[in-house]
Amino acid sequence: MASKTETLMTIEEMAERVAHELDGDYFVNLGIGMPMLVANHIKADKQIMFQAENGVLGVGPRAEPGAEDKDLGNAGDENVTVITGASFMDSATAFDMIRGGHLDSTVLGGFQVSESGDLANWKLPNRKLGSFGGAMDLAVGARKVIVMMKHVTNDGEKRIVRECSYPLTAKRCVSTIVTDIAVIDVTAEGLVLREIAPGWTPEDVQKLTEPPLIIDRAKPWTVQ
Amino acid sequence: MNKVYAGFAEAVADIGDQATVMVGGFTGRGTPSRLLLALREKGPKNLTIVRNDASGGWKNPIDVDILIEAGMVKKVITCFAVFGSPKKVSRLERAALDGKVEVELVPQGTLAERIRAGGAGIGAFYTPVGVGTEAGVGKEVRVIDGREMLLEFALKADFALVKAYRSDSLGNLVYRKSARNFNPLMAMAAKTTIAEVEHIVEPGGIDPNDVMTPCVFVHRIVEAGNGE
Repeated sequence: MASKTETLMTIEEMAERVAHELDGDYFVNLGIGMPMLVANHIKADKQIMFQAENGVLGVGPRAEPGAEDKDLGNAGDENVTVITGASFMDSATAFDMIRGGHLDSTVLGGFQVSESGDLANWKLPNRKLGSFGGAMDLAVGARKVIVMMKHVTNDGEKRIVRECSYPLTAKRCVSTIVTDIAVIDVTAEGLVLREIAPGWTPEDVQKLTEPPLIIDRAKPWTVQ
Repeated sequence: MNKVYAGFAEAVADIGDQATVMVGGFTGRGTPSRLLLALREKGPKNLTIVRNDASGGWKNPIDVDILIEAGMVKKVITCFAVFGSPKKVSRLERAALDGKVEVELVPQGTLAERIRAGGAGIGAFYTPVGVGTEAGVGKEVRVIDGREMLLEFALKADFALVKAYRSDSLGNLVYRKSARNFNPLMAMAAKTTIAEVEHIVEPGGIDPNDVMTPCVFVHRIVEAGNGE
């Protein structure tokens, strides 16, 4: 689909771009999977207290081999460390933080996002059974929901749609979408194309996006 | 009243058919695996299991899915029923697709709160999580503070199997790091709470400031050592 001048941002570049989106945020939850890569791109001078919904506030880097602790993991069951000032809590308290609006932001993966900010990310439509995990709680509770996903599926199907056809995680919850070609804000006036990847035009991005984009404010991709 | 049991088999000996059993832990961390093995050995049928993740497949091979595989479970109330990738089929997913096990999928924070409510004598509560999704199907919706919320009912159990780091012989529990998770909530929500603990100390061996689950919630304690 991309011509020679258009580039798809890699997952690491997307993670780096999401990290920039967290400027000014302090209490942040990174969803299981791709969003967890964002932690690697937080600048050393920036203080972020990462929350893991299994009961850790202040998640640090992954544990070095040999230094793993059987009683310490993140929500994706990775062996992690904690930073100075961290705390542990039970699952109800962990979700009080989330549902109660105490987290500045969360980064979640996505299958589809609608024009009005509905998110579908927990089950593919052809699967009978799924897993909610903590996604519904995070999508509803965090003050800012950033969705990190590829702009279209591997089959070229659009993921940013007028109405989600996949099972919903939460309605009207998404603030910003970071894809491999664009950064898009969900606003009351509609989807605003804020940034585009190198080599792409706003019209190219629009072709791969179902609802109309407001394109007159589009800027080049922010590089840290 | 002696709460300290010599063995895991004795501690689970009265878990019978049709029992509702809560199982603490989040992946392998804080999972009472010795109690799960003893329960499989005992072999009651038609159990209802309440557990954060029931898909198994994490680093710890002893998980509630050993009970599902043994055909002892009729219903599972959980947040994680399947693996992320559709290529890998969990024991629970297979059993559910075969119609052998019923699955009630619950958002994680709602599961935690339903269990806490069960232990706290609260009948139900309203939450904004799940409105307009499959999690809200058939549930009462009420607008509170301008926001749509779902009515969610408390969960209680006949037995809770929990894992703690330390206990005194009275049943005051201390958890370690992220192995706490659902354990303190489940300890409150069952008629009989059975704790698998790494070390048992004499009363006074735990500073009252450090007790995370007070002994009123704990009925049986078995020492497991700190091996896996």
